[in-house]
Amino acid sequence: MRAVITVIGKDNVGILAKVSSICSDCNANVIEVTQSVLQDMFAMIMLVDISNMNEDFSVLGDKLSELGKKLGLSIHTMHEDIFNSMHRI
Amino acid sequence: MLNVYDILETIRMIQDECLDIRTITMGISLLDCIDSDIDRACEKVYEKITSKARNLVAVGEKIEKEYGIPIIHKRISVTPIAIVSAACKEKNPVKFALTLQRAADTCGVNFIGGYSALVQKGFSAGDIELIRSIPEALACTENICSSVNIGSTKAGINMDAVKLMGEIVKESAEKTADKQCIGPAKLVVFCNAPEDNPFMAGAFHGTGEPDCVINVGVSGPGVVRAAVQKNPDAKINEIAEIIKKTAFKITRMGQLVGSRASEMLGVPFGIVDLSLAPTPAVGDSVAYILEEMGLEKCGTHGTTACLAMLNDAVKKGGVMASSTVGGLSGAFIPVSEDAGMIDAVRDGALALEKLEAMTSVCSVGLDMIVVPGDVSASTISAIIADEAAIGMVNSKTTAVRLIPAIGKKEGDMLEFGGLLGSGPVMKISSKSSEKFISRGGRIPAPMQSLKN
Repeated sequence: MRAVITVIGKDNVGILAKVSSICSDCNANVIEVTQSVLQDMFAMIMLVDISNMNEDFSVLGDKLSELGKKLGLSIHTMHEDIFNSMHRI
Repeated sequence: MLNVYDILETIRMIQDECLDIRTITMGISLLDCIDSDIDRACEKVYEKITSKARNLVAVGEKIEKEYGIPIIHKRISVTPIAIVSAACKEKNPVKFALTLQRAADTCGVNFIGGYSALVQKGFSAGDIELIRSIPEALACTENICSSVNIGSTKAGINMDAVKLMGEIVKESAEKTADKQCIGPAKLVVFCNAPEDNPFMAGAFHGTGEPDCVINVGVSGPGVVRAAVQKNPDAKINEIAEIIKKTAFKITRMGQLVGSRASEMLGVPFGIVDLSLAPTPAVGDSVAYILEEMGLEKCGTHGTTACLAMLNDAVKKGGVMASSTVGGLSGAFIPVSEDAGMIDAVRDGALALEKLEAMTSVCSVGLDMIVVPGDVSASTISAIIADEAAIGMVNSKTTAVRLIPAIGKKEGDMLEFGGLLGSGPVMKISSKSSEKFISRGGRIPAPMQSLKN
């Protein structure tokens, strides 16, 4: 099982570090990261393995959206199935 | 690997374009709760609903978190209460309404639908008592929805029931005059009512349905509008293609959520209802989609054609995205719940007659329409008869949800608040239909019914 974490907002030092440290706390393994900075705007998409998490999936989502609020970023944590079912036949 | 563009598109749909799952509705059969003792029957009803739907709200919230998509309503539909109450010696169906309210409170759902009767061909035991009790039941409960099916393509239109429903709608408004006439906003009069509809206020659990089932209603007028907006110069067939693709994506989301909910609750998955259901939120309007297609205001000439195309494209896109499609499936045009419709009525662009024409090409019917409080019961009946005739002849569902605004006149506003929005009081014909309605009887089934 995998989930997609997207982070969108104003660029800052240490965004990737903070997000991955929360993933690590929950034992969610980061598989792939794509990130870009366009005119100050930071956009990161992170694919994480959630099969061996030590917390409920909703806890990870709550922690990340809390971080998002603190840093003024929009962070979404969603199960990959939603993208697969929406965009693949 | 997932495509970055696809991921961002999904997030934009949810965040900026009001995409949501409108409702997860659990259908529960109450046929095994029938008892000649009304109190025992009510107790069985309460037990059955609360045991089946105990986890419905919690599961819905868990799925919201898992997929990051809002699920606005968690609701329940039940077997038409007229069937359940028919065997009771004590003829007081309001007791069932109070029981349903108690079950709704315990489960935390925001509506239970099914305070209903199916009388398209005639009244059977329990039907008249239930229909007469509707105004009282809707006034003394908050989260109970009622519906009555008065016609069908196969049976014709029961004009005695039409006459009665005009009186019931009026009485229901009078009984809730101190609460913005909220009673009739929870009451739908149907022709060809579907048995698996997850949307309120018309949801009930048909007798041909399984014991317990999960049905899902999707939404997304905002997403469709945004997709149309990006193609200002496209030909109308190209617009239809764009709408199809968008509807496909929206419906896939409904299919995913429905199958996940059914798995988590251990209840079979019924249908996805492919509907564009507007909300009063800015941008979540069906009228704005029509305007985006090139109409200055919804209601002007061309509206019916645009709506026909929209409705058809939504179905074509959605059908392949879901394993089983059902319910109402089409675009909804509830006036008070759609910011664009409200605008159009206030502007004088959208009249009741045009709305009636629109209902012949889209799902449902004259929905959430506020009429002057001094309207006569026979005029309400006549409006119901017109709408039922459209449904009967075209083999489609039509419904009427009219709200007589007690003490208000044409041009005033009636505020419900929340998802029900606010409605401008609309103009109705001042000519009488009294004689026609007082005849009673039945409109025979049309030629379209003879398909065998």
